Amino acid sequence: MNIWQHHAAVGLGSALGASLRYLTSLWLLGSTFPWATLLVNILGSWLIAAFAAYASRRLDGRVARWQPFLLAGFCGGFTTFSLFGLETLYLFDQERYWLAPIYVGISVTLWLAGAWHGDRWGRRLALARR
Amino acid sequence: MDIELMSLLMVAAGGAVGGMSRLAVGNGVAKWLGAGFPWGTLAVNLSGAFLMGLLAGAVGLPGPEGPSPGWALLAVGLLGGYTTVSSFSLQTLLLWHQGRTGAALVNVLATLLAGFAALGLGVWLAGGLT
Repeated sequence: MNIWQHHAAVGLGSALGASLRYLTSLWLLGSTFPWATLLVNILGSWLIAAFAAYASRRLDGRVARWQPFLLAGFCGGFTTFSLFGLETLYLFDQERYWLAPIYVGISVTLWLAGAWHGDRWGRRLALARR
Repeated sequence: MDIELMSLLMVAAGGAVGGMSRLAVGNGVAKWLGAGFPWGTLAVNLSGAFLMGLLAGAVGLPGPEGPSPGWALLAVGLLGGYTTVSSFSLQTLLLWHQGRTGAALVNVLATLLAGFAALGLGVWLAGGLT
């Protein structure tokens, strides 16, 4: 894969990921807590770790071949740090001071827990399918 | 055209450009500062948070009626897709797996603290949230 194909694969995956994130936000619209971003960031962290663990153990597999599209592309575009930050600031702006640190704490903990669990799951699946 | 379909297309277009920009900036910074620490993702998330702050300060946050097509393109698509949580989670997990607990902790703290500082700086430079 040359550099242009690599960029195209990431761009396409990111477009798809961002669209799915937007649809999730419409689905969960109207809540006072940013559930949609929390959900996509946890799911995306789980998914990227599962993909990475699987691909690194099955180098000739389909996941490894589609890695730019799936990892930097889909998972990268699906998850977002800037909107997470903005939502935290918005909670502060709404004078819900206690909710902002709760949002940050729950987010970071569950992002990392998601990646940890996805990694284990991806490894197990790669071994089981050998 | 239906406003939500229009917004979805805007999100997809912004997400594609954002994802490709993330790849280009991330690779460039990683090449410059080395791959021993996830500098690329950190640089992307900090610059994205700063730009999101500028944007939110300049145009204001979307109301309860949902985002305009412009906000969908620039905030949800472009900056939302440019920044990423999935790579951050995966790279933090890898540092942890390598036994580099200190580096993993620094990555989390630097992303959060500098991320909020960058976002706040952007908002402040653009005249504040209102």
